[in-house]
Amino acid sequence: MKESPSTVLLIEDERQMRRFLRVTLQSEKYSVLEAETAADGLSQAATRSPDVVLLDLGLPDMDGLEVIEKLREWSAVPIIVISAREQEGDKIKALDGGADDYLTKPFAAGELLARIRVALRHAAPKLQDHGEAVFIAENLRIDFLKRQVYCGTREIHLTSIEYRLLTVLVKNAGRVMTHRQILKEVWGPPYVEQTHYLRVFMNQLRKKIETDSTRPHFLLNEPGVGYRFNPNLD
Amino acid sequence: METKRPDPDELLDRAVTEEERRHQGKLKIFFGAAPGVGKTYAMLEAAQKRRLEGVDIVVGIVETHGRKETDALLKGLDILPHRIHSHRGRGIHEFDIDAALRRAPSLIIIDELAHTNAPESRHKKRWQDVRELLCAGISVYTTVNVQHLESLNDIVRQITGVIVRETLPDSFLNRADEIELIDLPPDDLLQRLKEGKVYIPEQAEKAMEHFFRKGNLIALRELALRRTAEQVDEQMINYRRDAGVRDIWPAAERILVCIGPNPRSIRLIRAARRMAAGLRAEWIAVHVEAPSHIKPSAEDLQTLAEHMRLAESLGAQTVTLTGPKASDEILTYARQRNVSKIIVGKPTHPRWKDKLLGSPLDEIVRGSGDIEIYVITGDSSEPPVKSSARSHPQLIKPREWIWSLGTVAISTALAVLTFPYFEQTDIVMIYLLGIVITSTQTGRLPALAATVLSVAAFDFFFVPPHFTFAVSDIRFLVTFGVMFIVAYIITRLTLKIREQAETSRKRERGTAALYALSRELVRERKKARIIEIAVQHIGEVFRSQIVILVPDEQGELGVSETGVGTFAIDQKELGVARWVFDNRQCAGLGTDTLPGAKALYLPMIASSGVAGVVGVLPVDAEKGFAPEDIHFLESFVNQTAMAIERIILAKEAHDERLKAEAQKVRNTFLSSVSHDLRSPLAVVEGAASTLLEKETSLNRPDRLELLRTIREETDRLERIIHNVLNLTRLESGAINIHKEWQPLEEIIGVVLNRLSERLKEHPLELHIPPDLPLIPFDTLLLEQVLVNLLENVLRHTPTGTPIEITITLKKSAVMIDIADRGPGIPALEEETIFSKFNRSNQTRIGAGIGLTICRAIIEAHGGRIWAENRPGGGAAFKFVIPIEGTPPALIPEKELT
Repeated sequence: MKESPSTVLLIEDERQMRRFLRVTLQSEKYSVLEAETAADGLSQAATRSPDVVLLDLGLPDMDGLEVIEKLREWSAVPIIVISAREQEGDKIKALDGGADDYLTKPFAAGELLARIRVALRHAAPKLQDHGEAVFIAENLRIDFLKRQVYCGTREIHLTSIEYRLLTVLVKNAGRVMTHRQILKEVWGPPYVEQTHYLRVFMNQLRKKIETDSTRPHFLLNEPGVGYRFNPNLD
Repeated sequence: METKRPDPDELLDRAVTEEERRHQGKLKIFFGAAPGVGKTYAMLEAAQKRRLEGVDIVVGIVETHGRKETDALLKGLDILPHRIHSHRGRGIHEFDIDAALRRAPSLIIIDELAHTNAPESRHKKRWQDVRELLCAGISVYTTVNVQHLESLNDIVRQITGVIVRETLPDSFLNRADEIELIDLPPDDLLQRLKEGKVYIPEQAEKAMEHFFRKGNLIALRELALRRTAEQVDEQMINYRRDAGVRDIWPAAERILVCIGPNPRSIRLIRAARRMAAGLRAEWIAVHVEAPSHIKPSAEDLQTLAEHMRLAESLGAQTVTLTGPKASDEILTYARQRNVSKIIVGKPTHPRWKDKLLGSPLDEIVRGSGDIEIYVITGDSSEPPVKSSARSHPQLIKPREWIWSLGTVAISTALAVLTFPYFEQTDIVMIYLLGIVITSTQTGRLPALAATVLSVAAFDFFFVPPHFTFAVSDIRFLVTFGVMFIVAYIITRLTLKIREQAETSRKRERGTAALYALSRELVRERKKARIIEIAVQHIGEVFRSQIVILVPDEQGELGVSETGVGTFAIDQKELGVARWVFDNRQCAGLGTDTLPGAKALYLPMIASSGVAGVVGVLPVDAEKGFAPEDIHFLESFVNQTAMAIERIILAKEAHDERLKAEAQKVRNTFLSSVSHDLRSPLAVVEGAASTLLEKETSLNRPDRLELLRTIREETDRLERIIHNVLNLTRLESGAINIHKEWQPLEEIIGVVLNRLSERLKEHPLELHIPPDLPLIPFDTLLLEQVLVNLLENVLRHTPTGTPIEITITLKKSAVMIDIADRGPGIPALEEETIFSKFNRSNQTRIGAGIGLTICRAIIEAHGGRIWAENRPGGGAAFKFVIPIEGTPPALIPEKELT
C-alpha cells in the first residue's frame, strides 16, 4: 500500500450515497473527488487522474457500461462498480467489460474499504507480481517456480487444471473474477460458456485446500457472478 | 265516479319512456286532408328556415310532382341520393336508409310517410324507415294525409269510395312530437287542382271525378281537423299531467272489443279505436279461442293474427283467451280488467242457430251487469273478404271416403243377414254403430255422408215397400228423422272430442318440446353447448336449419368464430342478422323488415341486452312461418337467451369473486409487507435518533449496541425488500428460472458464510453425501430459499439449540432438510405457513413473505416444499428438487494440456 493519500473518484448521482462514501473514505485518509454525472466523472477522470474510480451503474445521463468502455479507451485506473441487487446481469457485463470489482447496494463500509485496498494493490506496478515466487496466505503456500502447493507443511497434489485455477485466482487475490474470465484464462477462450467445468473443478480444489469444503475460507463463491480468492489480509 | 290518480309505477314508466325518447330524434308531421293542400311545400319552407338557423339538414326523399314552387324550395338543401330499384324494367326511386344512417344529419326530410317501399327494401313501409332513423337519434320532418291513417281507413272508404292501401298505424302518428295541420278550404284546393298545381291536367281531370269531389274534400277536412284536435287534446292532457294538475283525470274508461277471424272484425277494431280515442280510454282487443271449436284453418289463423296486429298498431292491448264458452270468458276477463264498455259485432248467422245453440251475444248482454255493450254492424258494402277461410283445407281424402262408404256397405250387409231375425229398430242400431265408427275415423263431410247414406239405405232396403225410396207407412218418417238427428249429434260429438284431443296433443307436443329444451339447457354450463342444443332442438321442432350468432368480444356479430349452426350465412344474410341485433326486432322471411332474406332472424333478448341472433331457415322455404309458429319460435329463442344470459351472469359473478379474492390477497400482502418494512424501520429510526440526541450521555457499549442494532435491522430490511421484489417478479413472470448444473454444496457454503455471524450461536450439523452429483437449479433463487429457511429457523429458535442440514439423494431428486430443536410449528399450520403472507399468530411474527417466496421458487423448480414437526421437538423444513435431464459432459482432465 502506498503511503501518500490515494485519490478516489466517486461517480454517483445520489447525494446521500455520496455523503456516506465521502465521510467513510475521508476517515480512511483518502482524498475524494465527486462527480454527479457520467460526463463530469469522465472529465474529472481525465484531468485529475484518480487512483481508483467508484462508479454507480445507474447514472441518469449514461449507461454505466458505456462509461467503463470510454474510461478503458485510455486509462487502466481500477474501477469498482456499485450496483443495485436487481442488476446482476449488468454487474457481470461490467466486470467482463473491464471493471475490476463490484459492490452491491447496500454494502458495509468495511467491505468497501477492503475492495478499494485490493484494487489499489493490483494497480501497483506489475513488477512485484513477476518477482514474487512464493505466495503465502495463512497456512496456504504456493511456490510458483516449483509449481507446488502446501497446506501447512503437507504438500497438496493438484492436477494441472486445478493448479492453473488456483494461480489465476491467487494472482487476482481479493478481486472477484467472473466465470467467463476464469474459464478463458484456465481452459481457453472456446470454453467461456462451460460454467459447470469451473464448478466441478472448484469443488475438487476446495476439497483439497480448504479445511471445511462446505464452508470455504479461501475460495469464495460470488453467486451468479464468479469466484474470489480471499487472501484474508484484513 | 272513480278517479284515477297517477300511481308511482305509471310515473316511472313514463319517465323511462321519456328517457328513451330523449335519445331519439324528434318527429314532426305535416298533416293534411288531401293531396295538394301544400304539405310538402310547408315542410320544405320549414326546412329552409331551419337551414338558415344552421341545422345540419338533409333531404331524404321528396316528391315535388313537378310543382315549380316546391322545386324552388329544394334549392340549397343537401339532397341524399336515392336508391334505385329496378322493378318490372322500371327504375323506382326509393329512400336510401343506409345512406341516411351513414350521413347521420340532425334533421332529415322525408315525404309521404305512408309510402310502401319497393320489394327488396329493408322495411315494407316508409314509416318503419322513419322509426329506425328516430331511434338512431335523427329528427325527421315528414308528411301524411288523413286518408292514410289506419283507424280512419274505413271511414275514408265510406266517404270517397276509394280504397286506400297505404296505411299508417295511428300509434306512429301519436308518437309525433309535433303535428302541423296544413289546412286549405276545399274551394281553394279545387281551384289549385284546376290550375294544374296539384296534378298534371289529364290526371287532374280524373282525380276530380273521383276523389276530389267537394263533398269528399269537406268530409276529409273535417276528419283531419278532428284528428289534429284529438292530438292537441292529448298534448294538453299530457301537459297538465306533467304539471301535476290532477283533478282533470277522466273516469277510468276501458273498452273491450271482441274480435275473430271474421273480416268484419276490422270494422269493430276501428270503431273501438275511435271510441277509445274519444273517451281517452285504453282499449283491449280480445279473441276467444274455444278448445271445442273446430280446428281453425291456416287462413283463419292468418287473418286473426292480422286483426290482432291491426288492433295493436291502433294502440290496443291484445289478449287471447281460452275457454269453452266465449261469453263467459269475455265477461270474466272484462270484470277482471274493470272494463266499462264492450264492443261486439252484430250476429250475421241465421237466427235458428241462436235458438238451437244459444246466442253468445245474448249471453254477453244478459251477463254484462253494469258494463255497457255496444253492438256494431259489419260493413254491408264490404264483401266478406273470402269465405274460403271457412272452407276446409283438405277437401278430399280418399281414405276417409272409403271408410265412410265402406261402413255403410258393411252395415247394410250385416243388416241384410240379420233382417230375418231382427226388428227394423235393431237395424237402425246397426247403422248407428257404423256411423259412430265412421266418425271416429273421418272428417266431417264423410261422416255426414255416411249418415245420409245410412238413412237412405235403411229406407231402400228395409222399409216397405222394399227396394224403393218410397215410404208406405208415414211413421217411418219419424224413424228417419230421429235416426238422422241422433246420427248427426253423435258425429258432431265424436268429431269434437277428436279435435279437442288433437289440439291438446299438439299443444302438449309443443310444451313438451319447450320443456325438453329448457331441461337440457339448465344442465349446461358452457355457452357453446347451449348454442349447440338450441340449434338442434329448434331445428327439429320447426323442421328448419338454424344458425345462432353471438357477439364477439367487441360486441360485433361475426360468422367465422361465433356462428354455430346448420346452414351457412352469407354477407347479405349477416347484414340482416346484424340489423336484428342492433334493433332488437325480428326481421327477414315472413316479416315486414327485409322480407327478402332467405331466413327469419330473431333477437335473443335477455334482461341485460341482446344475447345474440337466431336465424331460422325453414326446409320448405316457400311456406314460410305461420304467426303462431313465430310466437312459438320466440318462446324457444327466449329460453335460449335466458340460458345464455345465465352463463354470462354466472361468469361475471365468478370473475367478480376471483377479483375479490385477488383483492383480498393483495390487501393481506400489503399489510404484511408494510408491517415487515415498518418494524425494522422503527428500530433504525429509534436507535439513530437516540444516538443523535443523547450523543454525549451514552456510554460506549450502549452506543455500540445501538449501532449494531441499526446494522442488523437494515440487513433485515434489505432481505425483506429482496423477497418482496422477487416474489412479485416471480409471480408476474418477470423472472425466468435460470437452471444450471452445479454442486449443491457450493451454494450451501455461500449461505453458511453469509449467515456465519448469526449462526455462531447455534451448533450446526451438516450431512452431505460425499458423491453428490451436479444438480440443476438457479443459484440466486436457491440461495434465497436457503437464506430464508435458515433465517426463519434463527428467528424462531432459542440460542444454543442445534441446527441440522441434511442432503439426501433420491432416485431422481435431491432432498434438503433443515431441522431445528425450537418450539416447532403450531398444530395445523404446517401447510398454511407457506401460504401467502401468513404470519403464524404472534409466535412467528416476521416470517412474512419469506416462506411464501420459498414455496414459489421451489415450485418453479418443479419441486415441493413442506414443513413438519420433528419427533423429539423442533421443526423440519424440507424441500425436494427434481434432477431432470442429463448433466453436461465433462471432458476428462487428462485430455487437456
